[in-house]
Amino acid sequence: MMSKAKANKAQLAELFRSFIEPEFVITDDETLKPYECDGLAMYRELPLIVVLPETVEQVQRVMRICHEHEVPVVARGAGTGLSAGAMPHKEGVVLSLAKFNRVLDIDPLRRTARLQPGVRNLAISEQAAPYGLYYGPDPSSQIACTIGGNVAENAGGVHCLKYGLTVNNLLSAEVITAEGERVTLGSDGLDSCGMDLLALLTGSEGLLGVVTEVTVKLLPIPEVARVIMAGFDSIEKAGDAVGGVINHGIIPGGLEMMDSQAIIAADDFCGAGYPREAKALLLCEVDGTEEEVSEHIAEAEALFRELGATSIRTSKNEQERALLWKGRKSAFPAVGRISPDYYCMDGTIPRRHLAKVLLEMEKMSEEFGLRIANVFHAGDGNLHPLILFDANVPGEFERTEAFGSKILELCVAVGGCITGEHGVGVEKIRQMAVQFNDQELQQFHDVKAAFDPLGILNPGKGVPSLKFCQEYRSLEHKQHRHEQAGAHHG
Amino acid sequence: MADQIDLLQEQVQHARNNNRKLNIVGGGTKAFMGRTADPDADTLSLGEHTGIVEYHPVELVLTVRAGTSLAEIEAVLAEQGQCLHFEPPHFGEASTIGGTLACNLSGPSRPWAGSVRDQVLGVRLLNGKGEHSRFGGQVMKNVAGYDVSRLQAGAMGTLGVITEISMKVMPKPAATLTLVQDMPMEEAVGYMNRRAGEPKPVSGACWVEGKVYLKLSGARSAVEATAEQWQGSIMEDGEQFWRQLQDMRHAFFADMDTPLWRFSVGSAATLPVMEGQWMMDWAGAQRWYRGEAELSDLEPIARASGGQVSLFRGGDRAGEVMHSQPEALKIIQRRVKQSFDPDGLFNPGRLYSWL
Ligand SMILES: Cc1cc2nc3c(=O)[nH]c(=O)nc-3n(C[C@H](O)[C@H](O)[C@H](O)COP(=O)(O)OP(=O)(O)OC[C@H]3O[C@@H](n4cnc5c(N)ncnc54)[C@H](O)[C@@H]3O)c2cc1C
Repeated sequence: MMSKAKANKAQLAELFRSFIEPEFVITDDETLKPYECDGLAMYRELPLIVVLPETVEQVQRVMRICHEHEVPVVARGAGTGLSAGAMPHKEGVVLSLAKFNRVLDIDPLRRTARLQPGVRNLAISEQAAPYGLYYGPDPSSQIACTIGGNVAENAGGVHCLKYGLTVNNLLSAEVITAEGERVTLGSDGLDSCGMDLLALLTGSEGLLGVVTEVTVKLLPIPEVARVIMAGFDSIEKAGDAVGGVINHGIIPGGLEMMDSQAIIAADDFCGAGYPREAKALLLCEVDGTEEEVSEHIAEAEALFRELGATSIRTSKNEQERALLWKGRKSAFPAVGRISPDYYCMDGTIPRRHLAKVLLEMEKMSEEFGLRIANVFHAGDGNLHPLILFDANVPGEFERTEAFGSKILELCVAVGGCITGEHGVGVEKIRQMAVQFNDQELQQFHDVKAAFDPLGILNPGKGVPSLKFCQEYRSLEHKQHRHEQAGAHHG
Repeated sequence: MADQIDLLQEQVQHARNNNRKLNIVGGGTKAFMGRTADPDADTLSLGEHTGIVEYHPVELVLTVRAGTSLAEIEAVLAEQGQCLHFEPPHFGEASTIGGTLACNLSGPSRPWAGSVRDQVLGVRLLNGKGEHSRFGGQVMKNVAGYDVSRLQAGAMGTLGVITEISMKVMPKPAATLTLVQDMPMEEAVGYMNRRAGEPKPVSGACWVEGKVYLKLSGARSAVEATAEQWQGSIMEDGEQFWRQLQDMRHAFFADMDTPLWRFSVGSAATLPVMEGQWMMDWAGAQRWYRGEAELSDLEPIARASGGQVSLFRGGDRAGEVMHSQPEALKIIQRRVKQSFDPDGLFNPGRLYSWL
C-alpha cells in the first residue's frame, strides 16, 4: 500500500491552529518537554506536536487530520501511567485531554455521573459525596489520574475485590475513532445489544479510540468502614489468613499486604504504629451497615488470631482508620526514602501461590543483588514488588529491568499475568510474548485493525509485532541454553 | 466430564473446507433468542464438551468447559457455600454456561452483583480459522492484551466457539429476606431507586402486578435491621419468588404468544405506558413489555430513556430483533467479526442480519 505524503511539523501545526487556540498547539522543544514521559520516566521521547483541544469537535478534527496524513496520535490524561503508555511518538501528536475536566452531570436518583475524560478520579467521589454517593475504583494515584486514563488502563485499586475494576463501573463511553467517527459505546442501561465494544475498549491503552466522555456508576457511601491491622511472623501465615477470610464468606472492601521492608519504611515515614518486627502485615477493611461490619470484624479478628496473627489492632474511629491506612497509602514515597530509586512492578498471580512467589522473589533479590519491598493488593493477587536501585550506579538499572522481567515471567509461570492494572505500554511489551503465543497476538492485531486500520493510535504500545516476539523468544531460548551450559561447566 | 476440543476443531475445519455454516448449540435452551438460526447451517454441539477444569474456592475462581450445565456448576459451588453471583436464568436443565455467556443473561441481582460479563476472567475460544486460543486468565486483574473474554458476552456466538470459561464466583449471602408492598408502577420507579441509593444490603428490586419487591441479602443482623427500618411486609416464600423471576417462570412470563420486549434503560427513566403488560426489574434498569409493537416504534422510546430495546421472545424473528446500530458501529462490528471469523462460519445472521 502506498502511504500518503506525510505533512511536516509546520504544516500539521498550521492545520491544527486553524481551529485550536494557537497557544494550545505546542511545537517548541521547551514546552514539549513536560510531555516527554508519563509516570515511568525511564522511557522518554519528545513528540512532534502537543495539542490541547477544548471541544469534542476539535478532538474529532485532530483525529481526521492525523488519519488523513497517517500521523501517530497518543492520547494523554494526567500522565500518571506506569508502563509508558502515554509516552509520545517522535513523529506523532500528543492529544492531551487536560482541558476536559468538567463533571457534566451527577444524577443522584439514578446514581450515575457523566464526566469529561480529564476529570480526576478523586474529584468524582468528592462531587458525589453531597448525595451520599461515591465512585468505587480507587487507584492509589486517584488524586491525579483521570477517568479517561482509568478507562484506557482499566484501573483498579484497593476496592476492586469487592467493587470491581473500572470496566465493572462504566455505563458508557463516547469515543472518537481513529478515523474520526464519534460513537457511543454502551448506554444508560446496564447492558446493550450487539458486541460489547465498551468492554473491549476498557483497558485498551489508547489503542482503539480516544475517550471524550464517560458515564460511570456511583455507589452509596457505606454507613461505616473499619480496618483490622494484623501482623504475622511469616508470609505464609499472612497468605493463609487472606484465604481464610475469603473462605469464611467475608469479602473485604480492601485487603492489602506489606512485607517487612515495606512495614518498616512506611512506619518510619508516617508513624502509623505498625508492628515493626512483623514479617508481613495485613490491612483488612470491612465496610457495610453498622450491624454487618460489627459481625464481620469480630469474625475476621477471631480468624486472624486462630491463623497465628502476632498482633491485631482494629480501628475504633475514622481517625484511627485513616492512620492505619496512611502507611499503606504512602508506602511508595516511604520506600523512596530508603533507596535513591525504585521500580514498581505489576503482575497478578493466583493467590494460593503467594508465599511461593514471594519466597522465589526473595531468592532472585539475592541473585540480582537488589533489595525488594512488597506492598500489594493481596485480596486479588495483584503484586507490586518495588525493586530498589540506584540509577547513578552504572548497570544497576539494566539489572533492575532484568530482575523485573524475571518477576513477570514468574507470575505467568504460576498461572498469573504480566500486568494487573498498569498496562503493557512500552514497558512490558517484551513479556507479552511470554504470556501469549503468536496466534493470540495476531488476533489482537486483527482486533486493533478493526478499529484503527492504519494503526495511528498509540503505535508501538500494548501488543508487540510477531517478528519482535520471535526474536525475543529465541533470545530467551539461547540464553536459557547458555545458562544451563554454564551450570554444567560450573 | 469430557474434553471434545479435537472433535470441535475438526468440525470447524470441515465446515471451513466445505463452505458450510455452523450453528453453535449449547443446551439449545435459548433457541428462542436472537434471530432464527440459519436453516442451512450445520449444528456444532457443545453439549458433550463438559466438566469442571479447575476450582479453587479460596481463589473465588472457577474454570469450566463451555458445555457444562448451569445446574452442575451451581451444585458444585453450593458444596463450598459459593454461587454464581449474577444469577443466570435457567431455561431448562440443559442451559449451559457457554450459552449464558454468549447471550449475556443475568438475573435479578444484576445491578448489585454484576452480570456474567462482569464475572468473566478468561475464555478459550475456537475461531473461524480453527485456531484454539486463550484470552484473559484465571486472576481477578489482568490488563494484558484486549479483553476478548468480555467481548463474547452478548455476541451470541458470532465470534467463535467459546470452549472454556474462567469466572469469578462469590460466597452465598448468609441471609436473605424479601419485603413486599402495594405500589403503583409510576411510584415504584422512584421508590426502588431511592432505596438503591441507601447504604443497605439491597440485592433485588422489582415491580410486578401492582407490588414492589425488595430483596435484602448479606449478614443476618444487617438484613434484619434493614427490614425493620423499611416499609413493607416480609414475604414468606421470597426465595421462590426471585427464583421464578430469574428463570422467567413467574406468571408474568406465562403468555408465550404475545411478543415479549426487553428495555434496557436508565434505571430512573419514565417510559410512556403503552397498552400491554409491564414489569420492572433491576430497580427499573430492565423493563419487560408484553404487547404487539414494531421494533422501529419502540426504539425511539428506548433511546429517549438512554437505553435500548430488543424483541426477547416471540414476534417476527426473521426480521431484526436487536436494537439497531449506528453505521459507524456496524462497520466496526463487521470488521471485528471478520477478524475472528473471516469466512463467516459461525451463527450467520443470529445477532443481526448484517453480521
Ligand atoms: C503513585 C502511583 C500509584 C498508582 N496506583 C495505581 C493503582 O492503584 N491502580 C491502577 O490501576 N493504576 C495505578 N497507577 C497507574 C496510573 O495512575 C493509572 O494507570 C491511571 O489510570 C492513568 O491515568 P492517567 O490519566 O494518568 O493516564 P495517562 O498516564 O495519561 O495515560 C495512560 C494511558 O491511557 C491512554 N489515555 C489517557 N487518556 C485517554 C483518553 N481520554 N482516551 C484514550 N486513551 C487515553 C494513554 O494513551 C495511555 O496509554 C499509579 C500510578 C502512580 C504514579
